[in-house]
Amino acid sequence: MTPAGTLLCATDLRKAYGPTKALDGAEFSIHPGEVVAVMGPSGSGKSTLLHCLAGIVTPDSGTITYAGRELSAMNDSERSALRRGEFGFVFQFGQLVPELTCVENVALPLRLAGVRRKEAERTALHWMSELEVADLGSKRPGEVSGGQGQRVAVARALVTQPRVIFADEPTGALDSLNGELVMQLLTEAARSANAAVVLVTHETRVAAYSDREIVVRDGKSRDMERIV
Amino acid sequence: MSKPRTWARDLALGTRFAFAGGREGWTRTLLTGIGVGLGVALLLITSALPSAMSARDERGAARTTFSSPTAERPGRDTLLTAQVDQSYRSYGVDGRLLQPEGPDAPLPPGLTAFPGPGEMAVSPALDELMKTAEGKLLRERLDGKIVSTIGDEGLVGPGDLYFYIGSDQLGKIADGTYVERITAFENHIEAPPLDPVLTLLVVLTFVALLMPVAVFIAAAVRFGGDRRDRRLAALRLVGADGRMVRRIAAGEAFAGSVIGLLVGTGFFLVARQLAGAVSISQRSVFPHDLNPEFWLASLIALAVPAAAVAVTLLALRGVVIEPLGVVRTATPRRRRIWWRLLLPLAGLGLLAPMMGRGNEGGQFNQWQVSGGVVLLLVGITVLLPWLLERVVGRLGGSGGVSWQLAVRRLQLTSGTAARLVGGIAVAVAGAIALQMLFAGTEGEYTKDTGQDPARATVSIMPRHGTDAKLDELAATVARSKGITKAVALRSTTGSPDPDRADQDVNLHIGSCAALAELARLPSCEDGDAFVLTGAPDPSAPQGAPAAPGTTLYVGDPRGTEAGADGSAPVAWTVPADARPAPAHKDPIGLLRTGVLLTPAAAPKSLGTHQFAQVYVLVDPAVPDGLELARNASFKAEPLATAMTLTQTRTSARFGSIRTGLFVGATLVLVLIGASLLVSQLEQLRERRKLLSSLVAFGTKRSTLSLSVLWQTALPIGLGLALANTVGLALGAVLMRMSNVRVRVDWASVAAMTGIGAGVALVVTLLSLPPLLRLMRPDGLRTE
Amino acid sequence: MSIGHTLLGLLEAGPRHGYDLKRAFDEKFGHDRPLAYGQVYSTMSRLLKNGLVEVDGIESGGGPDRKRYAITDAGITDVETWLSQPEKPEPYLHSTLYTKVVLALLTGRGAAELLDVQRAEHLRLMRILTQRKRKGDLADQLVCDHALFHLEADLRWLELTAARLGQLAQEVRR
Repeated sequence: MTPAGTLLCATDLRKAYGPTKALDGAEFSIHPGEVVAVMGPSGSGKSTLLHCLAGIVTPDSGTITYAGRELSAMNDSERSALRRGEFGFVFQFGQLVPELTCVENVALPLRLAGVRRKEAERTALHWMSELEVADLGSKRPGEVSGGQGQRVAVARALVTQPRVIFADEPTGALDSLNGELVMQLLTEAARSANAAVVLVTHETRVAAYSDREIVVRDGKSRDMERIV
Repeated sequence: MSKPRTWARDLALGTRFAFAGGREGWTRTLLTGIGVGLGVALLLITSALPSAMSARDERGAARTTFSSPTAERPGRDTLLTAQVDQSYRSYGVDGRLLQPEGPDAPLPPGLTAFPGPGEMAVSPALDELMKTAEGKLLRERLDGKIVSTIGDEGLVGPGDLYFYIGSDQLGKIADGTYVERITAFENHIEAPPLDPVLTLLVVLTFVALLMPVAVFIAAAVRFGGDRRDRRLAALRLVGADGRMVRRIAAGEAFAGSVIGLLVGTGFFLVARQLAGAVSISQRSVFPHDLNPEFWLASLIALAVPAAAVAVTLLALRGVVIEPLGVVRTATPRRRRIWWRLLLPLAGLGLLAPMMGRGNEGGQFNQWQVSGGVVLLLVGITVLLPWLLERVVGRLGGSGGVSWQLAVRRLQLTSGTAARLVGGIAVAVAGAIALQMLFAGTEGEYTKDTGQDPARATVSIMPRHGTDAKLDELAATVARSKGITKAVALRSTTGSPDPDRADQDVNLHIGSCAALAELARLPSCEDGDAFVLTGAPDPSAPQGAPAAPGTTLYVGDPRGTEAGADGSAPVAWTVPADARPAPAHKDPIGLLRTGVLLTPAAAPKSLGTHQFAQVYVLVDPAVPDGLELARNASFKAEPLATAMTLTQTRTSARFGSIRTGLFVGATLVLVLIGASLLVSQLEQLRERRKLLSSLVAFGTKRSTLSLSVLWQTALPIGLGLALANTVGLALGAVLMRMSNVRVRVDWASVAAMTGIGAGVALVVTLLSLPPLLRLMRPDGLRTE
Repeated sequence: MSIGHTLLGLLEAGPRHGYDLKRAFDEKFGHDRPLAYGQVYSTMSRLLKNGLVEVDGIESGGGPDRKRYAITDAGITDVETWLSQPEKPEPYLHSTLYTKVVLALLTGRGAAELLDVQRAEHLRLMRILTQRKRKGDLADQLVCDHALFHLEADLRWLELTAARLGQLAQEVRR
């Protein structure tokens, strides 16, 4: 069933929270290096789709295949390991650990994967300079601006050189200028690393940074590319 | 608006908020109420103890006759009475014989009528005890018909074991020493003041246990504080200024503390009722005796809300409440060390001059002692935040991720943890110091009595005047079940020269079997006499060796005391054929000197100037042999004193204080553990989103759980280290003060440290389930 | 856009040849369409006629016409007036898209599909503009952003309409 060359692919996903159907037969696929925007009105199930794809939430039914492996067949710790090693995450907010310095925050995924502290922080600094926030290394998240913090978060998502980056409203808390900057840096870094980006957003200008767009309405997905 | 009125208005507003926050607000207020309530209940119980103790003492004194008015002759209003206190297993069972001589004889408190001869009145607790299997043997001893129950006014506590036995035999032996003829139960003797070392211990126990309670109350007032602060931000948005929201926050805390006072009073009332049913080492308290001193209770009622307001204002000092959220001041001021060191040093300074004063009978200045100890212990609570900040600041966050997370968290906000752990540290330090002092003093108060229970388990000392019946008594006892042997022995003194007291010779009179308890006899039959040899005990104050043929004035050689029967000293010559016999230790561990005489060789007409004893040996194979011996003794001669011989003797008071301290300290630690848990959970809930996102990028649950453990264990570990240091130092100072050799009681150090560490572990374990629940991906849902 | 006013404004910095004017215009404003030289010529002669510019000098020999233009005081006043007058906001009241949607509904064709196709088309253009913005300089970015914001507004309208399509169908068919 998996279309040739896809990295992450989901078919017929269903997920209900109590009586509300968050996903009702959603489909998804993404190629390496591709940026796919997931759009749709509030409550349409965008975030649930992202959480399912990332293995954070287990769908009630449907299949998710990542690089030939079936996600629903993995147990929790295997999926955790997958998220640690192959996936990166950027959220709207609440993601930087407030008591760690910025560089420690960026180094965190590497440290979780078992990399030694010095080496992890060296790599972290490299990615921070890619995102033009290298000078914030020793500051704590509370001491930097929202845009800077989000760029630190993007650096953290990239630091393990993941193959898929999941971004859930990454610009939701930013003004348009900072939002554009974050999107530009994120997509550029992802493209140069040949990482795929699943971008959940409700802003079309943010979605315009994608290569392709999927609209989720009432738990069903539509690939807008095939319409045209 | 005037200043007090703005205050009143904002406090009232805060109070309203405390209850208007919906279910969550209510829960928080209730939590505070319960927390504060627990503390308040503890305070109230403590404040009620002095009055309870004095009520006990008063009633205990009311039934004694030490200074009761006496009469020479029988009259309408005279009562013959004798104290016949008993021991039964581990219980002390006290009682009196009563024989009214006229219609107006004074009734002891708690009785409505005198029991007739052979009848008994008993306390409810004794009644209950004697009905159980455990009290069966006691019932055999006190076998009179129970005709009434002693009322509360005649008992020191609900667990008091006391009895009155009616008698008609006392008239014959009314000698004013064993049997008194009194006209009223009145007692004007003040209880002797507690030993200064004991006073010290009691004062310290209260200080060490109450300080953490204060810390706990301070923490409980701020339960849910962070969330409240955020709600206050909303008030700023609608136009409240910075001072107003502070006052409103204080109002919320005030409301919580008032609820706490009510809940605490409730807890206290419940505890008071329960207290009646509890008896710790035979000490029990009537609920109606537990009345807090009025001024102490008022102090609590005023101080707790005041402290709640003060603590809130202090806690908000480092917090800026902006209309759009709560900001903690970015760079908290670095803590300074000098004034923090000043407190414990001042404490030591107060205590140091009192070193070595304990056993010279000198009293300690209670205020100085308490002041010194309080300063020293408060020193811990102020030193700990500094220490924690320094140590955590040094830890670079190397090591695992969990360690790094915990260390960084503590670096940012170590204040709350330090405050709570400060409470734990104070309790542990105080407990260690006290246990050290107890252990040290116990070494002094626990003495090897030298008694040899293998040879005789009970020694019966009959009252004066019954010496003639001594052999009869011994024979009666010896016939009883479970008794192997009972030998009677009489001792008296003789002097060759009444002017020289140091020449006094001891005379021991008894059967051959009895004399064999004192020396190895070559052979013996009635009429023999022996002179004791063997190293005379240099510590024995008296007892010169006697040479055969010497003439002695026996009985009361100097005639200083007129015997009850007016007997004069008897001139008597040590038989010339007295043989030497090497002395060995008698059953109570004494090495006797002087002369051993069989009855036929003894001087006659000695009158009352002799000391008689029956050594009873119990068959160890018979269970309860000891009680059987006591029963036999009581039956044969109720006024005799049966003394148990044991190897060592501990001051019972210490044992119970130590246990009490241990229990108290554990309770306090559990209490503080509870508030640590509450703040931990609160912190976790606050970080729900963060936790979810950490899980999203693959953080293991074990990593986060461990980080929670470190976060608790690190401050507690430091706190315990500090507590040990201060506790040992305080203990050493206190031991020097009491003139006790400084010695560390490692067992209690280990025990208290262990309990502290256990609290850290339990808090972590209890916060794990909510942590795991919060780590579920639901936290990421924002839509 | 008023080319006359723009050229006048460019002249205010100092006299220029017609060719320089075209080059300056193209550099700053002519991202999509460079100005035809003929248009410069015709515009300048109109301005000359109105007395807003004057000929500063003619270079001989080089080409057919090497006039150097300078702005007159009247020209400066004219530029000032133009800049200080706010542009009239476009009312966007007559929308082709709206017409199409209503017609689709009336004729029973799929209005939702129409909106989706339009949406995809809009987003495709936005992607192209975003791409160009990323590679271009600040001027490019500003111009592209202008277009992007307009497209975004259209897209929002598309979304809103899609969400209210049922309601609209009822009203249209009544």
